[in-house]
Amino acid sequence: MNEVSSASAAIAVIDWQALSLSLQLASATALLLLPLAIWLARLLAWSQFRHQGALEAAILLPLVLPPTVLGYYLLLGFGGASPLGQAYHALTGRALVFSFDGLLAASLIFNLPFAVQPMQRSFAAIPREVREAAWVSGLSRWQTFLRIELPLAWPGIAAALALTFAHTLGEFGVVLMVGGSLPGETKTVAIAIYDQAQAFNDAAAAGMSALLLVLSFVAVLLVSRLGRSALRR
Amino acid sequence: MKLVARLEQSAPIPLAADIACDSGELLALVGPSGSGKSTILRCLAGLHRPAGGSVRCGDETWFDAVRGIDVTPQRRRVGFVFQHYALFPHLSAQANVMLALQHLPARERAAKARHWLARSKLEGLEERRPAELSGGQQQRVAIARALAREPQVLLLDEAFSAVDQVTRRKLLRQLIEMRRSLAIPIVLVTHDLEEAALLADRMTVLHHGRTLQTAPPDEVLARPASALVARLTDQPNIFFGQVVEQLPASDTTLIDWLGKPLQANHHPKAAVGDRVCWVVPEAGVILVRDHQTDRENTFAATVSERLAWRGHATVTARVGDGREARLSFAIGSAVAQRRGIVPGACIALQLQKAAICLLPVDPLGGRQFGP
Repeated sequence: MNEVSSASAAIAVIDWQALSLSLQLASATALLLLPLAIWLARLLAWSQFRHQGALEAAILLPLVLPPTVLGYYLLLGFGGASPLGQAYHALTGRALVFSFDGLLAASLIFNLPFAVQPMQRSFAAIPREVREAAWVSGLSRWQTFLRIELPLAWPGIAAALALTFAHTLGEFGVVLMVGGSLPGETKTVAIAIYDQAQAFNDAAAAGMSALLLVLSFVAVLLVSRLGRSALRR
Repeated sequence: MKLVARLEQSAPIPLAADIACDSGELLALVGPSGSGKSTILRCLAGLHRPAGGSVRCGDETWFDAVRGIDVTPQRRRVGFVFQHYALFPHLSAQANVMLALQHLPARERAAKARHWLARSKLEGLEERRPAELSGGQQQRVAIARALAREPQVLLLDEAFSAVDQVTRRKLLRQLIEMRRSLAIPIVLVTHDLEEAALLADRMTVLHHGRTLQTAPPDEVLARPASALVARLTDQPNIFFGQVVEQLPASDTTLIDWLGKPLQANHHPKAAVGDRVCWVVPEAGVILVRDHQTDRENTFAATVSERLAWRGHATVTARVGDGREARLSFAIGSAVAQRRGIVPGACIALQLQKAAICLLPVDPLGGRQFGP
């Protein structure tokens, strides 16, 4: 009886607004990164061009950079005084910092390595001859992409989406720097956990942490299963 | 319909190649690795763009560097069989072939794909994926897919090299049968001379992207255009000598070889004193009996090696005493046995005058004979 009431108490103290915002951010990031990351992954997997190494390094940078450093530069780049911030304001009437829009833009950038890397590996695994066989069989580049490349690369693409989704739910430093912690606008579940822990509200912190733990575990499980199914083929 | 191409480039692989292949003809491109064979095939298919030259098929121009024409692979209508087949691994055999039937209405494709698979003797395997097929079956799916496109040209890139010897023989036989019904140019890239000799009407010998000679396989073997062609076609009997006398009246050019006279058919371009290269095919070397040693071009020799395989023996023998040369010839295993052809045996060999082919010494310095 006691356990049931503590469980329902945990559910009651979950910040549903923050969770919903996190899920929206994660879905929007995954959706918008999908075409961009596919384009970048194919480019890096199959082409050779000047400064390719520099581009690859730049995409990998968010993996190693402290989130606060990345967040600081994004804050500078998105701020009201920056050309980008001003252009965005002129165009939409909204600010890029301390807003959901800015958070989404930052999320796209810090998720690039998580989205591009698995896709790049799976596109690189498609032999050049297989794509050429499609072309000489009469398939246009677009048909080749849809009917040959996508089905062959899909485990990598799905893995990239799962990783991006889970990583967005958990990102803390960049989100705090760029978004602040405005309820309903930029306060994600990761920040809500921090707030609750700071306020010694252990039940809420524990409930939300457990939820993120389960979601992240499912995502990583999905990635590894997709990886194995790709190996079997 | 005739396929004619002139391909030029300096990098990544140098090319200076002339290719011509008629309808119903099978042209083999032969040469060592890195000689540009596969690159030439890729140029014909539109998968690689050379710096210069042109590719024409019938009255269509597929590529012309000067006029800026470069038709995409999708619009060239070539059937291409890749070295490792390049089947679509996620699709069944039938779906692989159906993808090459884009020129047909969607509802006709399945039946047509089954037709092409049946022609490749693959009935019952339509639903299998490439990984569930043997190497030979994969190659037949690749051929079915290439032909399903109803191509104007069929290109085969080392298409028989990835299977075992027994399967290879079966596949070669099948291609020979299939060829009779194909009235299109067929270009086959191979490093296997036997395969080229078996299948090809003509063969083009390549070296560093340059076409050295194009002729029927027998002619290339009997009359190589240069010492380099002879070496590239694995001729065992390549030697050097000096022209000592020209006797046009008796159709003879006399060469000094190992200090002895050797008669070849008269070669007007060679002058007395010229150093020449000469080649004699294995079939032009005859084992003579003891009482026939007074025949022309007969040399005493000592057997150094006998390799027997399926009823045939390849024998290598040392000729000459001081300056030695090794002559190679072929006889039946039974004859070799009966005549006691074992290492160390003393024999007499006649080099047939008409089979001896005189060549300029420097293969790449033009066709000139000289001292």
